Amino acid sequence: MAKTVDGLYYSESHEWVKVEGNVAVIGITDFAQHAMGDLSYVDMPEVDDELEKGEEFGAVESVKAASDLYCPVSGTVIEINEELEDAPELLNQDAFANWIMKVEMSDPSELESLMDAAAYEAMCADA
Amino acid sequence: MAFAYFPHTEDDIRQMLDRIGVDSLEDLYSDVPQDVIYRKEYDLPDAMSELEARRYFEGLASQNRKMLCLCGLGAYDHYSPAVIPSIISRSEFLTAYTPYQPEVSQGTLRYIFEYQSMIAELTGMDCTNASMYDGATAAAEAMMMAMAATKKKTRVLLSEGLLPQVLEVVKTYAKFNGVELGFVPCIDGVTSYGALVAELAAGDVAGVLVPGINRYGIIEDMTGFADAVHAQKGLLMVYSDPSSLAVIKTPGEWGADVVCGDSQSLGVPLCFGGPYVGFLTCTKELVRKLPGRIVGETKDVDGKRAYVLTLQAREQHIRREKATSNICSNQSLMALYVTVYLSLMGSKGLRDVNELSYGAAHYLHDSLLATGLFEKAFDKPFLKEFTLKPLVPVADLQEALHAEGIFGAVEVEPGLVNFCATEKIRKEDIEYVVSVIKKFKA
Amino acid sequence: MKYYDKLIFELSKEGRCGYSLPSNGWDASLTELPAGLARAKEPALPQVSEPDVVRHYTNLSQMNFGVDSGFYPLGSCTMKYNPKINEEISAHPGFAGLHPLQPASTVQGALRLYRDLSHALSAITGMAEFTLNPFAGAHGELTGLMVIRRYHMSRGDSRRTRIIVPDSAHGTNPASAAVCGLEIVVVKSKENGLVDVDDLRPLLDDTIAGIMMTNPNTLGLFEKDIKEIAALVHECGGLLYYDGANMNPLMGVVRPGDMGFDVMHLNLHKTFSTPHGGGGPGAGPVGVAAHLVQHLPAPKVMEAEDGSLYVAGDDGQACGRISGFMGNFGVLLRAYTYILMIGRQNIRMVGPLSVLGANYVKESLRDCFRLPVPTVCKHEFVFDGLLDQSTGVTTLDVAKRLLDYGFHAPTIYFPLLFHQAIMIEPTETESKETLDCFINMMRHIAAEALSDPDTLKTAPHTTPVRRLDETTAARQPVLRYHSETSF
Repeated sequence: MAKTVDGLYYSESHEWVKVEGNVAVIGITDFAQHAMGDLSYVDMPEVDDELEKGEEFGAVESVKAASDLYCPVSGTVIEINEELEDAPELLNQDAFANWIMKVEMSDPSELESLMDAAAYEAMCADA
Repeated sequence: MAFAYFPHTEDDIRQMLDRIGVDSLEDLYSDVPQDVIYRKEYDLPDAMSELEARRYFEGLASQNRKMLCLCGLGAYDHYSPAVIPSIISRSEFLTAYTPYQPEVSQGTLRYIFEYQSMIAELTGMDCTNASMYDGATAAAEAMMMAMAATKKKTRVLLSEGLLPQVLEVVKTYAKFNGVELGFVPCIDGVTSYGALVAELAAGDVAGVLVPGINRYGIIEDMTGFADAVHAQKGLLMVYSDPSSLAVIKTPGEWGADVVCGDSQSLGVPLCFGGPYVGFLTCTKELVRKLPGRIVGETKDVDGKRAYVLTLQAREQHIRREKATSNICSNQSLMALYVTVYLSLMGSKGLRDVNELSYGAAHYLHDSLLATGLFEKAFDKPFLKEFTLKPLVPVADLQEALHAEGIFGAVEVEPGLVNFCATEKIRKEDIEYVVSVIKKFKA
Repeated sequence: MKYYDKLIFELSKEGRCGYSLPSNGWDASLTELPAGLARAKEPALPQVSEPDVVRHYTNLSQMNFGVDSGFYPLGSCTMKYNPKINEEISAHPGFAGLHPLQPASTVQGALRLYRDLSHALSAITGMAEFTLNPFAGAHGELTGLMVIRRYHMSRGDSRRTRIIVPDSAHGTNPASAAVCGLEIVVVKSKENGLVDVDDLRPLLDDTIAGIMMTNPNTLGLFEKDIKEIAALVHECGGLLYYDGANMNPLMGVVRPGDMGFDVMHLNLHKTFSTPHGGGGPGAGPVGVAAHLVQHLPAPKVMEAEDGSLYVAGDDGQACGRISGFMGNFGVLLRAYTYILMIGRQNIRMVGPLSVLGANYVKESLRDCFRLPVPTVCKHEFVFDGLLDQSTGVTTLDVAKRLLDYGFHAPTIYFPLLFHQAIMIEPTETESKETLDCFINMMRHIAAEALSDPDTLKTAPHTTPVRRLDETTAARQPVLRYHSETSF
């Protein structure tokens, strides 16, 4: 069973969001890393990219699969996790401890449309 | 009736039908609507024996004429060593599929890895894919790569010095793919740096494609190009003849991000235009945007060095409509031609090929000018092909040459004709050409 | 097969040479080139002798498996025998020495080959005319889609930018559509593996450029509703594209043109016996119905009034130009040789014998492997893994074990409709004995999966290399040779 972390927001496309003030720290869930298998590459956006909620911002790749990443909130990318460039396996090791990007939110009210851990778990159980 | 390619006897067919539980071969098509089954005679020739087929093609070949080839323009009559057909015809290479099962495909995978290493080395770039269809489609893929690799850019610039067929193919892909093109004119036979800078000013350019050697045969001096393109975050892309890269400044040295072109000049026969073999190379930063097959090195479970198709998450069988390209093959066997050719020739052999071609082309150039029937079109350095301005009607000139079995003076642009000479051209060939032209004058 | 661990670079030794060229008697020399245009450092290519090269590549070839090595039941790839006469003809110096821009009067034989092959393909498929310029199946798809878009544009119907693709389609279909600037609309398959006509109907409107179909589809099933689908798509103003990847079972039996298709491609390297060459060169000719002929790409081969042939450029009606010259001519020569050898008599048997082989293998193995769609198949069929999967043996393990037994593996994990897909296509050039041998081995593997699953999970054991670390290959790509000394 894939784990979740309480207190985070979750999207239907398997991203998590941790809120730090006006900044959204974004990664992929344990469920997502598990479904992908050994990750070989994380395609990340560039700092200063402006993203709309639901916009594609990158992808995770394994040997036999690729999955696009969708931004759960609108805003501007202020930091990306450069460690992942050389070590995508960090996401396999701990998907919640390793974030992908930080976004300065332009509309924090969008968070309300995301799921909490319990709702996300229920969604994955149905899948 | 028995046929050489079908191993089935009547009895085999009967036994197989019995196992399936149907009465006849027709019953195997019971799911097909009867009104789409074709019952008429096929409008095809009668089956031939091998003897008849050989005779037929002998007759067909006799309707072609082998000429003294003095034409370049994207297809070059270079020497191809005898070893190549011998290796190519090994059926383990010839009759294999794409190396999806690496455990039984190390032969293909290894030569592709060698090919990639050699092409990257020649172009001065970090990495390359396992080959493309031809040079023109490789250029179109380069255009799409530039669009994918740069953000919020809408245009790709093409030098008007690119070969006509390359321009046409890129334009076709751009029209359907939705890429806006801009054009950089040639001035005095070379891509205009001033015009390039002016086009770049708008800041909307994803990439610029410039020929290393252009349609006039002139070696382009790309001083300043990379800086100008990079200054506004676009890619410099160069279309090269890889044979020439043993001696002329490489796209890597010019600061290119992407290089494309056709490796036909590396041991592949003319064969009326194909199969040839396109190449596409890039810097390591762009490798995830590179389309097509790529072979990488790894180990097997026992620790043995082994090779495998890698970075497949870019490709159509995984990404479907989001793939970097729709290409799902390469010209693998043609890449083997190139690999064997480059193995045999080495750096020194390739230099000799260029020296001999250079010598022959310049002798031809000077001899043609000496006839008084041509003027220089440009005064710029060239390698094996060049452009002249005939002082007589082009059609008449061509006709006179063709009548004597000489193929040359192809019109690049109205009033300008191409000539090319490779290491296959001897002094007596050029003297013959000159004698034909002098007769024409008289 | 035996493992051989050299790269050509590792045989290199300063001073060796593998070529011979005439001595240089010319006056002009490369040293005249301006220094700024010259390469700074010579390329690090191998220095090897001719026997080194010959032995090296012979050794490499012995780590490869081709159709000539053994049975190659790769689904959707039509790995039929590649006749040797094809190779002899394609190497004929009367063709191999022709420059593509030579004047038409000096290449009448080549142009005739081009025209006669395209006529033969028309006769076989029921299309009005073919271009032979596309280099491969995917390239043919792209070309065909360009023809479709050009057709709609020529009618001022610029809204048609969406194309319907079944969920069972080859990944190339949506990829080609995307390159052509089309938006993909997916139509679902029913339980029986066929396109759901009820799901299709509401998708059809005036934004639809057409539909791409593979028939038989990737499950090896004939889309029996094809005429109804054709009528519906035509009614909404769209065109039908036929992906010829699976044409082999219809050879000599059904013509795509008669099913209502407007545009199609063929894979000469599948259906017409030209060798796959380890991934190419192939050829993907595109055929069209009469109302689309003018939109085929330039250059085209045309016939003059006196019967001579010439090459024509774009008259403004073509979809454009998609190839440097006129296709993979050497491959076209092989395909036409095949057509002449097989003739109008034997073509009738190509499809039926390929279908016979597929159904024979299917019926002989269905008690060991899961058969999701149990109806009659065409040239290929799909199992969804072993019938008994209790020991955890997967389709990958079965495929790898086949390599130990001297067979190439079938296509695996495609189509995506099933999790453990094994797609088997025997082709008409395999004997009953070969198929029996394969069947016995598959049954043996199914038994091994229960008795000795670990041996399967670690297979193959006898190949030159065993399972590879593909994750490391993708994480830290090594894509070219580097050595301390030479690079």
